Amino acid sequence: MEVARYRPGQDAEPVFQGYDVPLMADWAVLDGLNHIKDQLDGSLSYRWSCRMGVCGSCGMTVNGEARLTCGTFLSEYGDGPVRIEPLKGFPVIRDLVVDIDDFLAKLSSVRPWLIREGEELPLTAEHAQTPAQLEAYKQYSMCINCLLCYSACPVYVLDPDFLGPAAIALAQRYNLDSRDMGDRFDVLGADEAVWGCTFVGECTRVCPKHVDPAEAIQRYKVTAALRSVLPWSKR
Amino acid sequence: MIDVLIVGGGGAGLRAAIAVAETDPALKVAVVSKVYPMRSHTVSAEGGAAAVIGAGDTLDEHCYDTISGGDWLCDQDAVEAFVAEAPRELIQLEHWGCPWSRESDGRVAVRPFGGMKKMRTWYAADKTGFHLLHTLFQTTLKYRDIIRYDEWFVTKLVVDDGRVHGVVAVEIRTGRIETIPARTVILATGGCGKVFPFTTNAAIKTGDGMALAYREGAPLKDMEFVQYHPTGLPFTGILITEAARAEGGWLINKDGYRYLQDYDLGRPTPTPKLRSMELGPRDRLSQAFVHEQHKNRTVDTPYGPVVYLDLRHLGEGKIDSRIPFVRELCRSYQNLDPATDLIPVRPVVHYMMGGVHTDVHGATPIAGLYAAGETACVSINGANRLGSNSLPEILVFGRRAGLAAAEFARSHAGGEAPAARSQGADERRRLERAREGSRHGERIADLRERMQHTLEGAAGIYRTGDVLTKAVDTLAELRERAERVRVDDTSAAFNTELINLQELHAMLEIAQTIVACALNRQESRGAHQRTDFSARDDETYLAHSLVHRAPDGTPSVGLLPVTITRWPPGERVYGRD
Repeated sequence: MEVARYRPGQDAEPVFQGYDVPLMADWAVLDGLNHIKDQLDGSLSYRWSCRMGVCGSCGMTVNGEARLTCGTFLSEYGDGPVRIEPLKGFPVIRDLVVDIDDFLAKLSSVRPWLIREGEELPLTAEHAQTPAQLEAYKQYSMCINCLLCYSACPVYVLDPDFLGPAAIALAQRYNLDSRDMGDRFDVLGADEAVWGCTFVGECTRVCPKHVDPAEAIQRYKVTAALRSVLPWSKR
Repeated sequence: MIDVLIVGGGGAGLRAAIAVAETDPALKVAVVSKVYPMRSHTVSAEGGAAAVIGAGDTLDEHCYDTISGGDWLCDQDAVEAFVAEAPRELIQLEHWGCPWSRESDGRVAVRPFGGMKKMRTWYAADKTGFHLLHTLFQTTLKYRDIIRYDEWFVTKLVVDDGRVHGVVAVEIRTGRIETIPARTVILATGGCGKVFPFTTNAAIKTGDGMALAYREGAPLKDMEFVQYHPTGLPFTGILITEAARAEGGWLINKDGYRYLQDYDLGRPTPTPKLRSMELGPRDRLSQAFVHEQHKNRTVDTPYGPVVYLDLRHLGEGKIDSRIPFVRELCRSYQNLDPATDLIPVRPVVHYMMGGVHTDVHGATPIAGLYAAGETACVSINGANRLGSNSLPEILVFGRRAGLAAAEFARSHAGGEAPAARSQGADERRRLERAREGSRHGERIADLRERMQHTLEGAAGIYRTGDVLTKAVDTLAELRERAERVRVDDTSAAFNTELINLQELHAMLEIAQTIVACALNRQESRGAHQRTDFSARDDETYLAHSLVHRAPDGTPSVGLLPVTITRWPPGERVYGRD
């Protein structure tokens, strides 16, 4: 495996370091990294946790592509070498670890919580929501914040102000929820939000959870266009 | 000065944070977590969350299922409080936007679950923990005053004269070591599955909070009770949710025989029957696997013996609508399709019933120190937790701990304790020394592996005195060796080896408490089965194990009576009406 190493203050720029890792049939790329960390070089840094594709920690660039390393298998790459780099499009903190604070700020900015007006129901009663109403937003609720979509997005790489696929999809997750009363137009209708997207569709292609952020963005463009023509309309 | 400092950003920690923020916006609340909150292990919970909701169900029945499931080691006052508050907590999550699965008329849907006599398990398909955690995390963003220390690792509690005064923590990104003074601390760091080699637990589940409390003199409780979940994928240990059996899946041995019928769990029926067969409790199902293995009715694989989970008869439609994640996991990680193939499964370490000893408000014996969730032992889970009780537990007791800590903080004003400065300085020196590195010694991973295999051999599904006694010596020796490990990484920024070393120290101490409690309990109850003491002994052991750290650093075990309110100890009956 060829692994990008970068130690701030020590390395001027990332360098690749080669490690011999046995090719085991069941090993994911992450198992290869763990072998390096555990047996060859304890100084390699990367994030990982659940090893089942749901915590969203272990996204990296594997042979040029944004992937979850726990769900990408070494066998896919034959005898190697497999080249591991940090997710592209983000500042690198160390080795394979990137700075995602910009994403977290964007996530907060879309107000990813139920917006309600008026009296709340008591804690003895639930809102009714039919399976069809659940289905309307469910896909967008599956995002694990792994950031592969940002890394693959050609717009985000050039314009860090672009709100980006996962944050917009999450905003739509709430907009389309029958219990939500907002439309987040102030954030989503801004220039750096849905209108920044040039519909390349890379986000949807790399998404390991089939969230389809590209569709979320296109759908909001329709909503936003309607809002501009009919400013009082919601949804 | 933080009023309420929460260590851990999973379900319990975030629920506590919201409780504090809602109760008293003037209080300063902070969440310190070694990972970004949405990475927390709550995310991996699959099957559901239990709370009485439907007509035909009662709080008493949920209590009874929980208490009998826990083999009468639960504190019944705690169980009653838990069961009573669980429904409002799940409704609260609904109000915050959790995408619970629904009935056709729009009501929240419930499914059966192991050991539960009524259908009362709420679910969000089979990603319940994922949705619950993201809903909580996103809801916390609404409370702008909640301070987050993301990717900070707490290495020490500052405790002086029986009261907590804050924590010492490393900012992982920069390596900065800080003392964070706080009036109260809530530990919500989850479990410690990583002390075992084969576990559903994420890499981060290293018992940090348990070790933090234990080192400062707070006792741990019931540490011998380790839950093996009966259905983990071989090699990865990935959990296949109990919901797969609740939806009608069968466990079969190498002959295609539904073997649970041989272990007093009822007779096989084509569709699931509550508290019977595949819907029995996890301890009994995992024990049945071992017996099948001894009868040579399991199938050998490179990753150990397995039985099969058969979902084929459910059909693609039901699998995709009710348990889609099971299919996704099997396809991605096991290269098979449960709609057409049998799923190989074996018991896998899943959950710690034990943890930091607390009262029903999450308070530990150290003033100002609280614990909630898997880190804590209240205890509602007794000797064996029922599936789908842990998610409501983190909500109910996360909230309770938050409220109790807020109350304590309000009534204990005052400035920074002098101890914070002196203890902080000592801890800083210790960490800086560790970061100097060492070219000699054994690797952290090798010691970790030795510890894990020692635990699996001694404190697995069946235990025996001789092996446990040997494990006591092995672990003591490993602790010594862990003081002289090789450390390659000497940098400040994102030094994960430094963190791994602190986690190893924590796990070794936790492992010692597990073995010490298992050795001390000379009976078999729930998940603790001693081949040399095969019967339950209510005379002596209707009591919690309470383990303190002795001055020499070894565990010292005592007993604490169980609280019984309305359900005197009885026989655990499954599959027989």
